Amino acid sequence: MPDASYVGTARARPPPTGGGGPRGGRPPPPRGGPASVCLDPAAAQAAGHADLVAPPTFSVTFTMPLIEAFLRDPAFGWDYSRMVHGDQSVTLHRPIHAGDELVTTIHVEELTARAGSHLLTLRCEVTDPDGAAVATTRSLLVTQGES
Amino acid sequence: MSSPSPRHPGSGLGSTRTGDELATLSLRVTRADLVRYAGASGDFNPIHWSDRVATGVGLPGVIAHGMLTMALAGRLVTQWTGDPAAVRSYGVRFTRPVVVPDDDIGAEIELSGRITDVTDGVAKVAITARFDGKTVLGRAVAEVALPS
Repeated sequence: MPDASYVGTARARPPPTGGGGPRGGRPPPPRGGPASVCLDPAAAQAAGHADLVAPPTFSVTFTMPLIEAFLRDPAFGWDYSRMVHGDQSVTLHRPIHAGDELVTTIHVEELTARAGSHLLTLRCEVTDPDGAAVATTRSLLVTQGES
Repeated sequence: MSSPSPRHPGSGLGSTRTGDELATLSLRVTRADLVRYAGASGDFNPIHWSDRVATGVGLPGVIAHGMLTMALAGRLVTQWTGDPAAVRSYGVRFTRPVVVPDDDIGAEIELSGRITDVTDGVAKVAITARFDGKTVLGRAVAEVALPS
C-alpha cells in the first residue's frame, strides 16, 4: 500500500559533485567494480589527475557510433546483420580524462575475404583538438558467410 | 584538455616480476548489464538483447557485447594497478561468445592473469577469461606502466 502522506511533498535533486564526468560522488566501488578514479572526482584528484580517468576501453563509447555509421552506409555494402567482432585493441598514448575534447578519424585499413567471410580492419585515431595523439584503436570485424 | 597525469599506480607494483599471478576475479553479467552497456557503448546490435535475432543468426541465445567482456576482463588489470591510467595498451581476440540467460543470475566470467614480461618499466599481463569452463578471449594482453 503506497503511503498517501507523501502526496504534496517534494524532493530536490542533489547538486552535481563536479568533474564533468558521467558519474560523480559515489561511495568507493566494490571489488571488481570500476576503479574509484573513474567515478569519484575527489579520488581522481587525490591520485594526481586533473579529473576522472576513463577506463581502458572507454573509447568505444565514441568510436563505436562512428564505426556503426560507417558499416551501415549502404554504399559500403557491409552485411551488418551477420557481423561478429573478431578482435579489438586499444593503445593509449595518454590517459583520457573527463572533460577532454577528442577528435576521432576512422581509417579503413584492410579488407580481405576468406571462405565466404569478409574480414575488415578499422583503425580509429583519437587526437586532441591540436592533433596530438591520444589513442589508437583497431577493430577486426567479420561478416560470416551465408550458411 | 588534460594536465599531465601520473602514469604510475601506487606503490607495490614496482617489484613486479615475470611469472607473478594477479588476484583472480569473478564477475557476473546479466541481461540488465547488456541493456546498460548497449546504452553506454552505442552498440544496439539486437544479438545482444533479442533471443529471436540471436538464434536466427545461429547463436545459442543473446550474447554479451565483446567489448563488455573485454572491459570486464580489464577490471582484473585495473584492480591490480588501482589506476587505469597505468594501462598503456590492451588487446583481445573474441574466440567464444558469452551467452547471457534471461534470469537474475546471468553469466559468470572467471578472470585470472599472469605477468609474462617486464621490460623498461612496462609489464605485460596475459589475461585468461573463462565462461562455462572455456576461454572466451584469446591473446588477451595488457601492457601496464610500472612505477619507477
